[in-house]
Amino acid sequence: MIRIPIERYRLDNGLDVVLSREDAAPVVALNIWYGVGSRNEREGRTGFAHLFEHMMFQGSKHVPEMGHFALIEKAGGSLNGSTWLDRTNYYETLPAHYLELGLWLESDRLGWLLPAMTQEKLDNQRDVVKNERRWRVDNQPYGDWDERIQALMYPPDHPYHHSVIGSMEDLDAASLEDVEQFFRTYYAPNNAVLTICGDFEPAQARELVAKHFGDLPRGPDIPPIPGRTTLEPTLGGEVRETVYQDVSLPRVYTSYRIPPFGTDEYYTALVTSYILGYGKAALLYRTLVREQQLAQDIVAYAFPIVVGASMLVIWATARPGRSAAEIERGITEQFERLRDVEDADVERAVSLLAAERLNELQRLDERADQLSMYTQLFDDPERINTEVDRIRAVTPQLVRDFAARYLGTDNRAVLTYVPREVGA
Amino acid sequence: MSVLDRSRIPPAGPPPRVTLPHIERRSLASGLTLLVVEKRELPVVDVALVTRSGAHADPPALAGRAHLAADLLDEGTETRSALQIAEEADLLGATLHARATWDDTEVGLHVLTPRLGPALELLIDVALHPAYADEEVERKRKERLAAILQEQDEPRVVASNEFARVVYGAAHPFGAPIGGTAGSVRALDRTELVRFRAARQRPRNAYMVVVGDVDADEVVRAIEPMLADWQDADVPADEVPAQGPPAPTTIHVVDRPGAPQSELRVGHSGPSRGAPDYFPLLVLNTIFGGAFTSRLNSRLREEKGFTYGAGSSFAFRRHGGPFVASSAVFTGASAEAVGIVLHEMQRIREERVSEDELERAKSYLSLGLPRRLETTADVLRIVSEQELHGLGDRYYDEYVERVRAVSAADVLDAAQRRFDPAHAAVVVAGDHGAIAKPLEALGVGAVVRKPWPTDTDSNRTAS
Repeated sequence: MIRIPIERYRLDNGLDVVLSREDAAPVVALNIWYGVGSRNEREGRTGFAHLFEHMMFQGSKHVPEMGHFALIEKAGGSLNGSTWLDRTNYYETLPAHYLELGLWLESDRLGWLLPAMTQEKLDNQRDVVKNERRWRVDNQPYGDWDERIQALMYPPDHPYHHSVIGSMEDLDAASLEDVEQFFRTYYAPNNAVLTICGDFEPAQARELVAKHFGDLPRGPDIPPIPGRTTLEPTLGGEVRETVYQDVSLPRVYTSYRIPPFGTDEYYTALVTSYILGYGKAALLYRTLVREQQLAQDIVAYAFPIVVGASMLVIWATARPGRSAAEIERGITEQFERLRDVEDADVERAVSLLAAERLNELQRLDERADQLSMYTQLFDDPERINTEVDRIRAVTPQLVRDFAARYLGTDNRAVLTYVPREVGA
Repeated sequence: MSVLDRSRIPPAGPPPRVTLPHIERRSLASGLTLLVVEKRELPVVDVALVTRSGAHADPPALAGRAHLAADLLDEGTETRSALQIAEEADLLGATLHARATWDDTEVGLHVLTPRLGPALELLIDVALHPAYADEEVERKRKERLAAILQEQDEPRVVASNEFARVVYGAAHPFGAPIGGTAGSVRALDRTELVRFRAARQRPRNAYMVVVGDVDADEVVRAIEPMLADWQDADVPADEVPAQGPPAPTTIHVVDRPGAPQSELRVGHSGPSRGAPDYFPLLVLNTIFGGAFTSRLNSRLREEKGFTYGAGSSFAFRRHGGPFVASSAVFTGASAEAVGIVLHEMQRIREERVSEDELERAKSYLSLGLPRRLETTADVLRIVSEQELHGLGDRYYDEYVERVRAVSAADVLDAAQRRFDPAHAAVVVAGDHGAIAKPLEALGVGAVVRKPWPTDTDSNRTAS
C-alpha cells in the first residue's frame, strides 16, 4: 500500500532519532516518547508520572513560564503531551520553517527543567491535575472504570495495578524532591526517542538535532520497572465487583487477560475485538444492540500495553428495563459463536483495521507518534510498515484457538455498575 | 562543536509556500453542484453529500427530527438492509457516516481509491433511498430516548443543554438539544421523518464535495448514472425565528448535591458565520478563550488552578448561534470563576488588547492554516464550509491577509458589539447548597435554582 520512509540513528548520549520525510504540506511534526509512565511510579506516588508531564510545560532555564505554549502558538503550531501506562509523550506540529524552535524547546526542558522549577508551579499544576481527575473520573458516570478494572486485573505488586491519574492523596503528597528525583532518573536522552515527520531536509534536520541535543549528557541506566512484571498467561479464576453509582443505566465491563502488545497473539486479540465490537456489523453489536435490544452500546478494546500481560475489555450499557445480568449473559453467549468464526468475519475485521491504519497515517502527528512508539517499545520503527502484515496473518483458526484459550470465565474480571437508587 | 547560546530563541527559516486546494466545480444534470479537489499523496478519497437542511428547521415540539432522520439513513434502504449496508462498507474498508448539524445534513465516506465506485453507489443509495422502515424507526427512537437518559448523568451535557434553553428559550429551535428531548423524540414517527427528508433532499438544496486521489471527470462519469432518478423541486424556506430582547444577567444553578465540580457556561446569542466582523471576532475569541494562552485559560487554569481547562467559542452557524465560555471548576471556586469570566468579558470591551496578545493570536491563526489542510478530510471540511456559507471558492486565498489586517481597535469594536456581560446567561451545573451564597454575593444577577433533569415518565431499569 504505502511505505513510510524511515531514517534512524542514535546520538552518543543515547538519544534515539527517527526521521521520516513527507513534503505534501509545509508542516513538521515533532514527537518525543520517554520510556516512563505510570508503571514506573513508586508506592505512595500514583499519578506522579502524569503530574510530572504537566511540569514539563511550565518553562525551563531558557524558556519562561507560559513561554512554551506562547512560542508554539505564535508560530501557528499545536502541542500537547500525554501520559499512559508505559510512556509519556510530548509533541508539537509546526509550520516547516519553525522546526528549530520545536527542537530548542524540547531540548531545553530535557536538559534544563530543574533550574526553573518552583514550589508555586508544582502547587498550581497539582490543583490543575486534581481538577483533571474530578473532570475525567469523579464527576463522570462510570468515570472510575479503568481504575477499578486495572485493580481487578493486576495483582497489587504489578505496575498496572494502579491508574495513570492516581489518587488525590498521592497527588497531595508529591514534593519538589520527587520532581527532581524523577527527572534525574527518567528524563535522559538514553530513555527517549525523538521523531521528526514532515517537510524538512534530512541533512539539516540531523544538524539541528545535533546542535540542540548533542551536548546533553547521557543519564544513568534506567532502573527496572518496579514490582512484579511477569504474569501467568491467564488469571486462573474469575473476579467480580459491583459498584452502586448515580447512573441511569447499568453497565458491565468484562475484561480478559491477553498476551502483551507486540506478540503474535495480541494481533489475534485485536482482530477478535473488531469481530466482536467494531461497527454495526460486529457480532456483539448485531446481536445485543440490534436484534435483542438488550444493550444501548457496545465497545471491545484490546489495550496496547506491554508489561507481563494486556487485557481485552468489552463493555456494554443496558437499555432501560434491562439488567446487567442479562447483558453479561448475552456477551458470554455470543462468545460461543467465536467457535464457528469464518473467513468472512476475519476478512471484515482485517479490512477495517487495515483501512484504519492507513487513514491514521495521513496525519503527520499520528505518524510521528507511531514511529516513536514502535521504536520505544520494540526497538523497531519499521513496524509502522509491517503492522498491517501482522494483522493480515490472523486466520479464523487462530481466532478460534484464541477464544478457547483466553475468553473463558476463568480468565476474566467482571465489573458491574448498578444505578444507586435500585441497588442500594 | 561551538557552545550553543540557548538563551536565544532560534529564528524561523524562510516561510514555505502554502498551496491552497484548487476546486473543480461542476454542475450535474440533476442540478447538483459537484466540487472536486485533487489530493494525491495517499490512495484515499473523502466524499460528502451535503443537504442544506439541518436541525435549524426543527420546530421545538419536534426537536431531534433532523438528527433522527440522519441517524436512520444507514439503517436500511429500499434494497439493502441495515446489516447489509454495514457489512458492505466494512468489506470495502470504507467508513460511512450520516449526521445532522444545526445547518445541514451530511452523508460522508472515506475509502481507498480503487473501491470508490462501489462505495459511492452505497453512499448514494443511503442518501437518496432510505427505507425508514417502521421497526428501524422504533428501534432508533428507543435508542435515542435511552441516550437522553444517559445524558442526564453527564454534568457537561446537562450544563450545555440548560445554557441553550436559557439563551434561546422554548420557542426557538436552538433552545432544545440537537438530539431532542424525551418529549419531542416521543412525538417523532416515520411520517414526520419521511416528510422532513423528502421535502428537502433535492439536488439544488444540496452539494457534493470529493477530495483525494481522483479527478473531476472520473467523479462525474461515476456519479451521473447514480443520480439519474433524482428529481429537483422547491424546498421549504425553514426560517429561523427572531429572538426576543436579551434578559439581564441571571445565574441558573442546576442542582446536583455533592457534585465535586461545577460545569460553567457563560454567554449569550451571537452572530452568523456570514457576519461582516467575522475576522475581528476570530481574533477576539482567540485572545479571550480560543487558545491555550488565552485570557480565560491563563487565569482560571495557569494562574488559579481552578480547572483542567477553560475556553470559549462562537458557534458561527448559518442563522446565528451562541457565544459561550466553558469550564469545569472545583466546587469551592465556582463563584470566583464566574466572576472572572464576566470580568474578562467586560475588560476586553473596555481596554484594547496588548500588541503582544494581538500578534500572538494573529500568528496562531494565520500560520496555523497549513495544519488545517493536512488530510483529505481536513480539505473536505474547508471546502464544504465555503460552499455551505457561500464564502466563495477563493475565500481561503485571502484568509491570511484578512487575519493579518485585524487591529486592536477592530478587536475592541467587535468586543463592544458582540460581548454583553450585563445580559449573559450563566449556567452552573453543581452543588447549589455549596455555591448559591457565594454566587449571590457576586452581585452580578439573581441566582435561580433548577432541578437536575430526570426523565419524566421514567422507564428505568430493573436489576
